Amino acid sequence: MAEEKQEKRKLNLNRQPMPKQDHWERIKNFDEVALGYPTQVAVDEASRCLQCKKPLCNQGCPVGIDIPDFIKHIVEGDFGSGIRKIKETNALPAICGRVCPQEEQCEKMCILGKKEAPIAIGRLERFMADWEAAQGKIEVPNMAPRTGKKVAIVGAGPAGITVSNDLVILGHDVTIFEALHECGGVLIYGIPEFRLPKAIVNREVEYVRSLGVKIYTDFVVGKTRTVDRLLEDFDALFVGSGAGLPWFMEIPGENLNGVYSANEYLTRVNLMKGFRFPEYQTPVKRPCRVAVVGGGNVAMDSARTAVRLGADEVHLVYRRSRAELPARTEEAENAEEEGVIFDLLTLPVRLIGDEQGWVKEIECLKMELGEPDASGRRKPVPVEGSNFRVPFDAVVIAIGNSPNPLIPMTTPGLEISKKGGIVTQPETARSSRPTIWAGGDIVRGAATVISAMGDGRIAAASMHKYLMKQE
Amino acid sequence: MYKIIERRMIVPNLHEFIVEAPAVAESVKPGNFVIVRADQYGERIPLSVADWDRQAGTVTSIFMQVGGSTAKLARQKPGDTIPTYVGPLGRETVIENVGTVLCVGGCYGIGSIYPVARAMKEAGNKVYTLLEARSSFLLYWEDKLAAVSDKVFVVTRDGTKGQKGHIDKLPELMQRSGITPQLIVVNGCTFQMMRVSMATKPLGWKTIVNMNPIMIDGTGMCGVCRLSVGGKTKFACVDGPDFDGHEIDWAEFLARRKSYNLEEVDPLRRSSCRSHF
Repeated sequence: MAEEKQEKRKLNLNRQPMPKQDHWERIKNFDEVALGYPTQVAVDEASRCLQCKKPLCNQGCPVGIDIPDFIKHIVEGDFGSGIRKIKETNALPAICGRVCPQEEQCEKMCILGKKEAPIAIGRLERFMADWEAAQGKIEVPNMAPRTGKKVAIVGAGPAGITVSNDLVILGHDVTIFEALHECGGVLIYGIPEFRLPKAIVNREVEYVRSLGVKIYTDFVVGKTRTVDRLLEDFDALFVGSGAGLPWFMEIPGENLNGVYSANEYLTRVNLMKGFRFPEYQTPVKRPCRVAVVGGGNVAMDSARTAVRLGADEVHLVYRRSRAELPARTEEAENAEEEGVIFDLLTLPVRLIGDEQGWVKEIECLKMELGEPDASGRRKPVPVEGSNFRVPFDAVVIAIGNSPNPLIPMTTPGLEISKKGGIVTQPETARSSRPTIWAGGDIVRGAATVISAMGDGRIAAASMHKYLMKQE
Repeated sequence: MYKIIERRMIVPNLHEFIVEAPAVAESVKPGNFVIVRADQYGERIPLSVADWDRQAGTVTSIFMQVGGSTAKLARQKPGDTIPTYVGPLGRETVIENVGTVLCVGGCYGIGSIYPVARAMKEAGNKVYTLLEARSSFLLYWEDKLAAVSDKVFVVTRDGTKGQKGHIDKLPELMQRSGITPQLIVVNGCTFQMMRVSMATKPLGWKTIVNMNPIMIDGTGMCGVCRLSVGGKTKFACVDGPDFDGHEIDWAEFLARRKSYNLEEVDPLRRSSCRSHF
């Protein structure tokens, strides 16, 4: 009888849209685009959750948040318990709620997704985190008694912060070494302000610091001190040194002036605040016609940054079709709303410069889709003789990057993959050296914030076991 | 924050800059550089390392005041602090006993060639040093370099000291002194490094140059410091900054170095009595 009732309950497919800054307004500022759910909207959205007996959404989460449970707390209006639930497994909910590709993870598994209206789990997670921040006091978790074990963390990005958070709560003495002058890694230098306000990143970093984690900035492990030198003072070490050298297409003209890697372009704007030059002294060019090569989230971030820097026309040049864009749908839509023109099935083959060495044109080939390739996507094939040239005064290459080379270069005995990453065991995130763990982009190349955090979580558990001699 | 021990104009427009940075001083080697930010609004700029004192935990650089950022640095006084001083970055210069080494320095590179010459000497090489400046009043550290060199040669554009002329005189000067260097290491302005490389290429004298591109993070992430070496793209911050001068695409490198010339001096033009940037 009860089951019958359950089945008869009408499915609410009215997924609440995210309130956003109007696109004609937001292209003139770097403020956050998505404004967040107001309380009532969040409760309405949460109320749609079916509270499945065997929820699938949890399985889609790389850090295993108990999703139905925190959503239930939202419905009940008990936000304090909700955020506590999330924080049991996720140290950075305000960040994950904003930048996780939920449509590929938890929301993909949601049963309501079959009707194309999955619960907006990410937006609810963000709502919870923002609610807590608005209360003005962040709850400190129960801390285990001090163990006296010392752990070094290389890099204050999403992986490093997650490991630090977990291990300090478990009672260890944690020290982070960060190469840049600010903490956050890709959250600070890569993801733009309009997608992830830096104040939020700083808040999360301060939270971890408040738990007792020591942080040294301007400290390049591998250079200032090697991993082996640090291991003289620490019992275990986690490497989350992140992204390394940007990939280029290896076509003529890529070293012309006006050709940027996305890493450089975004670092100038985000970390160094080039958009406020000359108040901030790092310059960034404000070209009229910008081409961004690539189709991922970093490409979208670069294109939308160019729009905000006042470009007349921003083109996204991608060799496959719209369906294969690796970027989040939401970000691609935002980019389109902001006037970014998508040149799909287009492959740059040559960048052409002027006499002073500045890029002025791109020569491209038209592509068509052929048979599926190793990635399961249809392989783009060039159309013979379809070459054409388009004038551009800046080109941003956003086709990915390799893992950072500094630690692999300076740490003997560490097994390194062909692509330059540290090789780890997936179930422990442990490297070939028994006191070194690693995770995030240093292992995976260019991946996501949440996968880095997932690695961090796994590493922390394994490191804790090792430190407590439980293995 | 990093405390400035000394900042003084050593010759016109070139500043000696000593900073307390024990972790950097502990592991710095010849050929390394540091990245510095003058204040919280400052850009990250690379400075070649010219000397250090591991005991005192200090590191010395020589820098030239060019644009807004170096102007800010040039305004610092002993006892002031700067927010960022990170290093040592880049691969160190390869120090081996090869026989005879010629160390060439110009501009800020007269400073940064010093630890190279010292280490080459300690490695057992015969070390000759060649300094180039527009005029004798722009030379410095001659005594320091003399102490670690078998002989110091000087070339000045106006002939006020040593040989009159340009660095192009290098082969002539060496041949006249009966010296055939097995290795030449050049630290200095881009133009000088290029001219030395061009002059030594026909002679087949191995020439290592300590490149000085624009950088941001300096740790192998942003890719702005890329240059073509032997037809391949290399990144000065992690593959260098030392490269074979005969392999470098100099025209491309010079163009890339100039890409922010306008913005570099822009803050100077905006200076006012109130803040002077």
